[in-house]
Amino acid sequence: MRLDLLAPELVLGLALLALFVQTLTTRKTAEPRTGGGFLYGGWLAYAAVASAVASAATLGLSGLMFYGAYQIDALSQFFKLLISVGLAIATHNASFGGTPELAQDKRSDYYLFLALSAFGLMLLASSVELITIVISLEISSFCLYAIVPLRAEKPEAVEAGIKYVMFGAVATALALFGLAYIMAAHQTTYLPALVGRDFGFAGAPLAALGLVLFAVGFFYKLALFPFHFWAPDVYDGASNETAAYIATLPKLGAVVVLVRLASLLGPGPEVAMVLAVFGALSMTLGNLMALAQKDIKRLLGFSSVAHAGYIMLGLVAGTSEGFAAASFYALVYLVMNLTIFWVVCRTSPSGRNLVLDDLAGMHRRAPILAFVLAVAAFALVGLPPTAGFTGKLFLLSAAWGRGFDWLVVVAAVNTAISIFYYLNLVRYAYTAESDEPSESKGGVAQLARPTAWANAFGLVLAAVVLALGVLPSPMFNLAAAAGQQLMP
Amino acid sequence: MIDAGYPILSSLIFFPLLMCLVLAFVRSDELVRVITLAASVAEVLLALPLFGFDPAQGFQFVEQMAWVPQWGLSYYLGVDGISLLMVMLTVGILPLCVLCSWTYIGKRIKEFHICLLLMTAACIGVFCALDFVLFYVFWEAMLVPMYLLIAVWGGPERRYASIKFFLYTLAGSTLLLVAMVAFFRAGGTFSIPELMERSYSFRFQFWAFLAMALAFAIKVPMFPFHTWLPAAHVQAPSAGSVILASVLLKMGTYGFLRFCLPLTPAASAYFAPVMIAFAIASIIYGGFVALGQSDIKKLIAYSSVGHMGFAMLGIFLFNQRGVEGTLLVMLNHGIVTGALFMMIGLIYERSHSREITANQGLGKFLPAYMGFWGLFALSSFGFPGLNSFVGEAAVMTGAFQHSWLVGALVVPGAMLAAAYMLRLSLRMAWGGPASPAGKSWRDMNSREWVYLAPLAVLTIWLGVAPGMVLRTIDPAIERLLADFQAKSQAVVAQVEEIDRPLPMELAVVEIDKAGATGAPLAD
Repeated sequence: MRLDLLAPELVLGLALLALFVQTLTTRKTAEPRTGGGFLYGGWLAYAAVASAVASAATLGLSGLMFYGAYQIDALSQFFKLLISVGLAIATHNASFGGTPELAQDKRSDYYLFLALSAFGLMLLASSVELITIVISLEISSFCLYAIVPLRAEKPEAVEAGIKYVMFGAVATALALFGLAYIMAAHQTTYLPALVGRDFGFAGAPLAALGLVLFAVGFFYKLALFPFHFWAPDVYDGASNETAAYIATLPKLGAVVVLVRLASLLGPGPEVAMVLAVFGALSMTLGNLMALAQKDIKRLLGFSSVAHAGYIMLGLVAGTSEGFAAASFYALVYLVMNLTIFWVVCRTSPSGRNLVLDDLAGMHRRAPILAFVLAVAAFALVGLPPTAGFTGKLFLLSAAWGRGFDWLVVVAAVNTAISIFYYLNLVRYAYTAESDEPSESKGGVAQLARPTAWANAFGLVLAAVVLALGVLPSPMFNLAAAAGQQLMP
Repeated sequence: MIDAGYPILSSLIFFPLLMCLVLAFVRSDELVRVITLAASVAEVLLALPLFGFDPAQGFQFVEQMAWVPQWGLSYYLGVDGISLLMVMLTVGILPLCVLCSWTYIGKRIKEFHICLLLMTAACIGVFCALDFVLFYVFWEAMLVPMYLLIAVWGGPERRYASIKFFLYTLAGSTLLLVAMVAFFRAGGTFSIPELMERSYSFRFQFWAFLAMALAFAIKVPMFPFHTWLPAAHVQAPSAGSVILASVLLKMGTYGFLRFCLPLTPAASAYFAPVMIAFAIASIIYGGFVALGQSDIKKLIAYSSVGHMGFAMLGIFLFNQRGVEGTLLVMLNHGIVTGALFMMIGLIYERSHSREITANQGLGKFLPAYMGFWGLFALSSFGFPGLNSFVGEAAVMTGAFQHSWLVGALVVPGAMLAAAYMLRLSLRMAWGGPASPAGKSWRDMNSREWVYLAPLAVLTIWLGVAPGMVLRTIDPAIERLLADFQAKSQAVVAQVEEIDRPLPMELAVVEIDKAGATGAPLAD
């Protein structure tokens, strides 16, 4: 076995072990809630950077391990890189503010679960066997079930946790049903062996149904309609830092598996149509629901439903370009969402949920973070020259002319719908001032004043969002390599 | 195509961006103004090499670099006669905008000037881009600073106006994005000159035209997509209104000339009657609504709808005079309406009202102001010898060349313009009673002279001697129209092939035959 192939997993695995030891040795004291993030596992961010470096180093490698169930290739390494980077940013986000709503003695457990979840996602990126995929999915999900309710003294957090578990359990059950049907139809669970098998409703109805059901497990992770109901409630109930993680990284795992399924199995026209219809409904309902939200995290929750729909554009295209576009969009989504959550976490005092009114006067209170928020919001709309635009352009270009022109039009129209609520974020941050005495409404007065380092890191994230939009080539080359390797 | 010695166009786009960065570190408000003014003058100097333009050639000062090779995206800039004019207008208007907001803008001065510079960079980018995606990038990038200009420094209803502006224009351009993607799939590239060389099926052109036309018509704005304009104009600060009127609206007509005519010629010809009807409706509607306004700024805003109707009309006449007229209207409307908006800002600083009734009797107390106003107002409704006349006359000539009916419908529009403009100017100059405070208002100061005088000179000069502009644009228009005729003829023939009632007749004949042969069978 070549250990160099497993470098990112090994690095993260070592960090996991260290965290595990730390959880056993943490003193259960009633220290104040703030500060000390680093000592209590905040160092995970640096371990994640190390695993990102390891992923980058293994980008060109390829190999098959564990009796053909585990594949190292351009796609898996690309996603491992994204997961590592995402984990680094998400844990930095959590440790930076000292996760104000988290009890001190639970901190190292919190980071352990975050790391374990990311570890599961990494396994997911490389799994090419259905049962391995399900197990990896569960590894990454279980940890999240544990950390969603970790929000001190908030009943909503418990509710969110229960909702997340219930939905997750149903989704897993459906996925297992699907797995069973696929096995029954084709007598194998290895993706390479399933290549070229019939997945049409006419020829192999059992397999087609199985594939759709199996995909449901990942639709759930991706918060794709109609498996999205958990998203806004969970984001709402979980603490800001946890929501930042749940909104971004698990989606990467879902995208990588869906890309793999779509590429290896070459879904029949019917399955592609199911994906397209789910995508269209997801975009439209997600955006329409987001229009009515006042709570920023709920707004982002519904908007993530819409973004899951956009990613379907790349999957239904069924070409290497399409998969590259979907992978690239996953990257873009990760970065812009982590950026906006960075702003939300840094400006929310005592970790409570922010509503739109809280943003009023932000340009005076936190001018730099207001700018970062604007960049992230415009990226989420898909406005040039941000990464959101380039990502969306690639998706639209990939899907057009492949029989899904209508889906492209739906996506474009949805962009128009989404402008309003994203623009609202910017509008509140920049223009709500003299008209409203925000102080009395509890706006400006309660917005936390960010530190210099919070501003600096926010600017770095905004710069990445802009850079991916202006110069997408280097990262897109990686995604394109992954796409090409999938479709020779 | 001629290669540039050094990247003139890029420097025009990136110099303002660089200055934005510099401004970010400047603290003193006064210094911000001075630096922006210096930057805008430097921008004009940077644009001077553009006078080396050779009208006989196609795209010039071309720069091309691979951007995302996998998707055929390139950083591709160049100007022809049409875009050159617009670039010069954009560059020229910037220092005047800085000057006219010198005392007008009182809060967040640094951010204001950064927005101005960002706008300029994006607008120049729009007119120079020869890559469809690059065009779209600049087209959309311009929205954000404009939105902020209205939303932060605008009038009391600025929130409503800014959101309406943003939603309208962005909603229109989302379909442009789809059209862009469709062209990429059909033509295999995003390069505009290369796309122009291909020909597309009529069915494709039909939808592509509709998608693009919506985006451009909203930007023009053409009746009935104009409702965002008065709100945006009235609420925007002076400099915002000036850029909106002088540059932004031109992007719509520019889009029609750059994309619709060359890329979808047959569909343009097919939709021409509809577009002409809407253009005439814009002219007449704009005129009538302007006639009923009591707010000076709103009046000028509606007059823009009318003027841009002329520009739209000229395009869809498909003759040399018409398109020439369009370009002249675009340029002259930029100069004159820009000047009028500056003058409204100027008087607003004194009277703090934009109502006509609050700004009467100015002829007595502000003679210099009223002199300038008179000049621009006369030009605005097309007084012979001043610049707007040249453009409108050309469009009208083109309209009569096209058909007497179109010509006959346009003339009342021009008369309406005279009616509302003269009525407005009359009341401003001699109306009474003058506001009691009016006696104490000071006439134009030297700064105000500095930014209005060049526009006044241009107004007269372009009215008396439009030759230089015509020499620059004529070859480009000839090429555009020749290309358009050739391509639209080719596709029209193809459409007739399909649409000719022949298949229908054949079907009938066949049924007859069947009847004829069937009869004996029935027997």
